[in-house]
Amino acid sequence: MTVAGDRLQPTLFELSRPGRGGGKVPHPPKDALTRIPASYLRGSWARLPEVSEPELTRHFVNLSQLNYAVDTGFYPLGSCTMKYNPKIDEWAARLGGFAALHPLAPDELAQGTLELLWELESALAEIGGMKAVTLQPAAGAQGELTGILMVKAYHRSRGDLDRTEVLVPDSSHGTNPATASMAGFKTVTIPSAPDGGVDVEAFRAALGPRTAAIMITNPSTAGLFESRLCELLDAVHEAGALAYMDGANLNAIMGRFKPGEAGFDVMHINVHKTFSTPHGGGGPGAGPVGVGEKLLPFLPTPRVLRLPEGGFRLERPGERPTSIGRVRAFAGNTGVLVRAYAYIRAHGADGLSEVSDDAVLAANYVKARVTGVLDVPYSRPCMHEFVASAATLKARTGIRTLDVAKRLIDYGFHPPTVYFPLTVEEALLIEPTETESLEALDAFVEALRQIVVEAETEPELLHSAPHLSPVRRLDETTAARQPNLRWRAMTGSQTPCPD
Amino acid sequence: MAYGPHTTDDRARMLAAIGVDSVDALFADVPETLKASGLNLPGPQSEAELTVRLQALAGRNRVDAISFLGAGAYRHFTPAVVDQLLLRGEFYTAYTPYQPEISQGTLQTIYEYQSMMAELTGLDVVSASHYDGATATAEAALMTCRATHRERVLVSHAVHPHYRATAATYFAGAGLNVEEIPLVADGPAAGTTDLAALERLLADPDRPVAGVAAANPSFLGLLEPMAEIGRLAHAAGALFVAVVEPVSLAVLATPGEYEADIAAGDGQPLGIPLAYGGPYLGILACREPLLRGIPGRLVGMTTDIEGRRAFVMTLRAREQDIRREKAASNICTNQALCALAASIYLGAMGPHGLRDVATLGAARAADLERALAGAGAPRLHPGPYLNEFAVRVPGAAAVHARLVGRGIVAGVPLARLIPDDPDLAEGLLVCGTEVTSPEEITAFAAALAAELSGAVR
Repeated sequence: MTVAGDRLQPTLFELSRPGRGGGKVPHPPKDALTRIPASYLRGSWARLPEVSEPELTRHFVNLSQLNYAVDTGFYPLGSCTMKYNPKIDEWAARLGGFAALHPLAPDELAQGTLELLWELESALAEIGGMKAVTLQPAAGAQGELTGILMVKAYHRSRGDLDRTEVLVPDSSHGTNPATASMAGFKTVTIPSAPDGGVDVEAFRAALGPRTAAIMITNPSTAGLFESRLCELLDAVHEAGALAYMDGANLNAIMGRFKPGEAGFDVMHINVHKTFSTPHGGGGPGAGPVGVGEKLLPFLPTPRVLRLPEGGFRLERPGERPTSIGRVRAFAGNTGVLVRAYAYIRAHGADGLSEVSDDAVLAANYVKARVTGVLDVPYSRPCMHEFVASAATLKARTGIRTLDVAKRLIDYGFHPPTVYFPLTVEEALLIEPTETESLEALDAFVEALRQIVVEAETEPELLHSAPHLSPVRRLDETTAARQPNLRWRAMTGSQTPCPD
Repeated sequence: MAYGPHTTDDRARMLAAIGVDSVDALFADVPETLKASGLNLPGPQSEAELTVRLQALAGRNRVDAISFLGAGAYRHFTPAVVDQLLLRGEFYTAYTPYQPEISQGTLQTIYEYQSMMAELTGLDVVSASHYDGATATAEAALMTCRATHRERVLVSHAVHPHYRATAATYFAGAGLNVEEIPLVADGPAAGTTDLAALERLLADPDRPVAGVAAANPSFLGLLEPMAEIGRLAHAAGALFVAVVEPVSLAVLATPGEYEADIAAGDGQPLGIPLAYGGPYLGILACREPLLRGIPGRLVGMTTDIEGRRAFVMTLRAREQDIRREKAASNICTNQALCALAASIYLGAMGPHGLRDVATLGAARAADLERALAGAGAPRLHPGPYLNEFAVRVPGAAAVHARLVGRGIVAGVPLARLIPDDPDLAEGLLVCGTEVTSPEEITAFAAALAAELSGAVR
């Protein structure tokens, strides 16, 4: 193995030399730990790297330059809504009043944050057409768990104890069935209709006295609005079940469709998608959950309460016994929620509607231009994303979706989501978002067109792509068979010694 | 629109290419009866106006008070380099490294995070990452049930009450049982996990225990007999979960040393702002044999087709997007940027710096203990502690409220977090860290003495 001759970086451990770094905090008195019996103390030093600040800075800056990011280019990763993250939101989250506030600060010292959270709850409830919102869940998947646990508490509160099943369409995000399992439900998977939408008849057949809830993503993971929603929601409620909406794709429908108004009982929102809080290389996000009347009593604790005399406070432990309880420590990913609040206030009602309209416009534009280059299995208008497929290309040339995706890297683009949804063969899920210029969209389509030409003329170029990235295709098999998950070689002269 | 690039002409060109007259036509699939009512929200604010609004809200928080708050979230010094590097857009505007060829920055930093956290915990497998200490603890408890095929977990009463509550929520959903281990009531071990009670709880042959969880330092700041708790757990065929605080691991015995199977905790003290509760960093680590049951992302070292060293997400068959209802957890989005903050922090502090942070906190806490005892507030428990402890103050909640009026946050009244425990009703939980100054300690002790002597205001 080498790390020479290119932009790759040694690990911090390889940079380490005993005696480097330091100077960040004062030295403690030598005897500070003598009051603690030795049996409670660690026997050997933590072998952490010792590096100087200049080395540390170069290490992380050089590593950052190996990443593709929204700040560096077009990132049409379907289902993830990789839109531009406004810089003022970063500034706001770092304001001392927000960033330095301790989570157990008495309510009277936390009025600014509590007011922000209360306003944000109200705004999200309005956008979703819901009665109330909890901001506690740390991510979309935790929002799902929170929602489904509320569904469970609702049925239980009515003595309706036989509802053990959650129905999900086969096109759903993997988090939906995984959530159902975590909440102790059995997942029943319902096949999609040929037009990519929910198969209402198949749902009707599966609905019954054992159904606790259905989980529907709308717009669907195929980027389509569920046009048979009325019938589906009626059937669900007739069966005594509740309707959960996965709000991952809310970016398409703000101002056009309010899930709560339409009859959904509960929905989570990914603020790191629709409300543009940064994705951070995998997180943090936040997954607020909106509920209708039925689930109001079961919201997790603590809620933010507005006092009649003015001001705000957090609920106290045990104050609302119907609650499902806590889903995490403290009040929520507040630093992320400050960013979402700033985003919503920057847009207002008209601005948010325009966000959704432009996201849908951009997706339909790219879809129109990709039609004829790749297969586009669903011809009706898409929402904020659409599915393309390399099935025909594969049959003709042997070039797969994976090859197309990897070759896009050489053209300077982040690939779309690939092989999802699972219902479409050789799928590419393309989500341009509303913050990409027409020039960027055109350049992406042009790259796809050239790649399809290359599939005919120089297929080897695609099989072996990418060629221009910091590293090329990886040996994932060895990574899984002989896992190397931590650095071990820091021994001998590199090991820190007691000072 | 605030951040969109489209001109009127751009939109017209896109509509023409699609072949529709207006954007409304693209929403034809939304049934007429389901069309939204108007959005009732405040109007848009320009960046200049928004700046004023956000500053006003932030200014309404009072972060200038002298604070001794800890209880699961700790005030520490963060070197400037941490945030400067976090602000690299290449890090914070990227997503999950699904395309490793153009994500080596994120992937290598996660590998380094795993490596450094393995050094701190003494456990070889570290997942990157979970939401916070509470959810990491709940996931650890669920791991013990999957690994042992048992359904009952014992959690010490001295584990953070929010962590216990979160585990209870998760366990109720999964149909599993979580029970509390009581604390020793008095004597030299008062406030620590009651080993005799634990032994009795483990002895029920009809209800075998999957896992035992205890925190070190405990929520009450006390050092627990972790090795003994682990021995009892293992003797009953249960796994042992250690709930830890990462800065303390620079000086305290590690989960690896006292043979815990799993460690969980919150990485907030490693350079992550308090931010009223999050985003923080859920630490979850385990011994090698539990590798295939740990939830959350794992990054491994490998090579590319040209033989260059490279990093990639691995053992993905545990995750929800592959395994769906059979996944180890539903976790998808995690706290990757917070893990990066922790890595940069650890790199900036180094082993000696981190040890200094832990040791200086212990020294400040000892100063605080002496000052508060002198003011009439002795410790509630006699056992050893690192940098956090409870003191006895008659009328704790009222005194705490009056001290807030004097600009001092006297930690947290224990009854606010654990309302049901008479042993803790008069307790204030306070902590010292490297940023606690001697002047702050003096001011706290003087104000407390004034309150307790009745010389109020």
